[in-house]
Amino acid sequence: MGMPRALFYYTYYPLWKAFVEALGAEAVSSGPTNKETLDAGIRETVNDACIPIKLYHGHVLDLKDRVDYLFVPRLVSPGGSYTYCPKFLGLPDMIRHAGMELPPLIDTRLNLRGLPGGLNRFLRATAAALDFRNPFTQARAMRHALKQYALYQELLLGGLHPQRVFEALERGASLEELKGEALAAPPDRPAEEGLRVALLGYPYIVFDPFVSADVYHRLKHMGAAVLTTEQVPASAMRRMSRVLPQNCFWHYSNRVCWAALYYIERKAVDGIIHLTAYACGPDAMVDKILELEAKKAKLPYLTLTIDEHTGTGGVQTRIEAFVDMLQARQEKRLKEAAS
Amino acid sequence: MKIGYGHMGTLTMVVELLLEELGHEPVVPHRPTRQTLALGAKYAPEFACIPFKIVLGTYLECLERGADTLLSGGGYGPCRAGMYGEVHGRILRDLGYNPQVIFLFPPLIKPYHFFKKVSLLKGRCSWFHLARAIRKAWTKLTFLDQMELLSQTKRPRELTRGATSKAFERGLTYLHQAKSLNEIIEAGHAALAELDQVPVDPAADPLKVGIIGEIYVQLEPFANHYIEETLGHLGVEVRRSIYLTSYTRHDVLSTKGDMSSRSLAMPYLNQKIGGHGQNSVGDVIRYAKLGYNGVVQLAPFSCIPEIVAKSLMPYLSKKYGIPVLTLFIDEQTGPTGIQTRLEAFVDLMEQRRAQTREGARMQTGSAV
Repeated sequence: MGMPRALFYYTYYPLWKAFVEALGAEAVSSGPTNKETLDAGIRETVNDACIPIKLYHGHVLDLKDRVDYLFVPRLVSPGGSYTYCPKFLGLPDMIRHAGMELPPLIDTRLNLRGLPGGLNRFLRATAAALDFRNPFTQARAMRHALKQYALYQELLLGGLHPQRVFEALERGASLEELKGEALAAPPDRPAEEGLRVALLGYPYIVFDPFVSADVYHRLKHMGAAVLTTEQVPASAMRRMSRVLPQNCFWHYSNRVCWAALYYIERKAVDGIIHLTAYACGPDAMVDKILELEAKKAKLPYLTLTIDEHTGTGGVQTRIEAFVDMLQARQEKRLKEAAS
Repeated sequence: MKIGYGHMGTLTMVVELLLEELGHEPVVPHRPTRQTLALGAKYAPEFACIPFKIVLGTYLECLERGADTLLSGGGYGPCRAGMYGEVHGRILRDLGYNPQVIFLFPPLIKPYHFFKKVSLLKGRCSWFHLARAIRKAWTKLTFLDQMELLSQTKRPRELTRGATSKAFERGLTYLHQAKSLNEIIEAGHAALAELDQVPVDPAADPLKVGIIGEIYVQLEPFANHYIEETLGHLGVEVRRSIYLTSYTRHDVLSTKGDMSSRSLAMPYLNQKIGGHGQNSVGDVIRYAKLGYNGVVQLAPFSCIPEIVAKSLMPYLSKKYGIPVLTLFIDEQTGPTGIQTRLEAFVDLMEQRRAQTREGARMQTGSAV
């Protein structure tokens, strides 16, 4: 079963991989994003789509000749009144009608709204689509997969980059081994020690080193600690969901807003960078909300928009300038505190 | 309250009537101009869709003219429009205005929220009075829809170019002046008669085109660069997939949407994706089955549901044999660009029609 390395892959891959393998099938990922994936995606996709959707098409093309099934689930709702972006809702239909020669698609619907147990039903339906109908095998695979998923979330919370986890999984290592590394990553440090920057955006942009021009590691090389949406505990997310007068409708957008509110409230960061894709619909709203919230909190705020033509040079210059400015601000503050 | 609101085609006049009936002072928005759009685009997020920008520009104009409250409405996700009340409010507050924003969600999805907002609007009027006001507004809306339908039929057949549009404008002023129920009915009939008197060419054989897509760019002529008029003058009889009365029935007073087109879309897009994405898919099939010569899909640039719909268009167009022209509109779109593309599209449809007619004649000929 093939899993394109784009969109919700960054949230769910360890869960799906563990599940599919416990059932007795093989999970195949597409390779890391590169120039070819992107160009192939741009060729196949409707031209007004955003870059993550184009990338998804590119990864599908990368996989299609190597697998028996393609796993393109339809993510509808993560629960509550929230949904995913409309493009996620229509994703299997977009892929199916894009005119590519494809192996059979498995487009199970993930809808956690309504009755509890949506994730279990989703996994069972996926197993059934792969023709594993034994309920005991399904239950065992599910237990194993959910355990792996909890572990994965713990690792992300500890500040591990998902690519590190994926690399380990590809080596065949277990997630347990990475635990030490996650804890070794610095927890909340006091603000005086170096810079801390919140790099907010959707996981499929922030954690894709190619398409994001690897802003994440660039910031780290400049000596800044990087905080993402994944490092906010679930309980804090729930608390932040009650702060705004009206939340967004979209799951990933809400996570960005709530993470920003959390970091602002805790005074945990010196600046916020919002990483967004060109012409992203939900982000037009999110960006304005973040901008105004950061303005209210008097925090420096930078929007980095990426598209097909983003060069690494431009990104480097802009984040360098931003980090320099943050450093100057911090020095000034320290001087004032000393006097 | 001095209430300002967005301009959306003929709805503007109906909202004015409702607000007046409820004892408010409506700050009636002017028709948007390029200045309005420029003003909105200046303060709006870059990738917000064009309805957001036009409406923001209109709000700013209304606030300058003394409005203290802004009235708007939208669905409750996943289309962005449901966020617009919130984000508009934030932007305006950041600019130093402090309007009260009344944003209505569909009554069946957020009943309590809707009730509270309506009570606020109703003020001291009785519920009976509100019901009467709604009845008047509905009558006006029905006439306006009838006028639009009639003008769409008349325009490609008119003898003097522009006569229909002039008659339509005159009809609008009649209806605008009518305040009581009897006056509205009288004015409505007068307006329809006015349109009826436009002389037409009985031999005209116009192409038929369905306009589908997002609601605001369909209904607000400024946003779509007067596409109905342009197509009408090119000799095309247009029909829109959205008229206000049917929209109110399907999408405001029900949670289901227009099932006639949604059920057609099911085999291709089996999921409500917000906005009119699923309707657009279904409407293409519907117009193809009705034997229309083509479909124009209108959408604001970066509109998510319509992008999903557009990605299915090449497939549907091939399968059902109907040409589809998709126009994504943003503040850079110029009327000339639209005009040129529409002319090319009309040429294409005319050729196709001539070909199919030729083919049909050959076939009957060989059968004989």
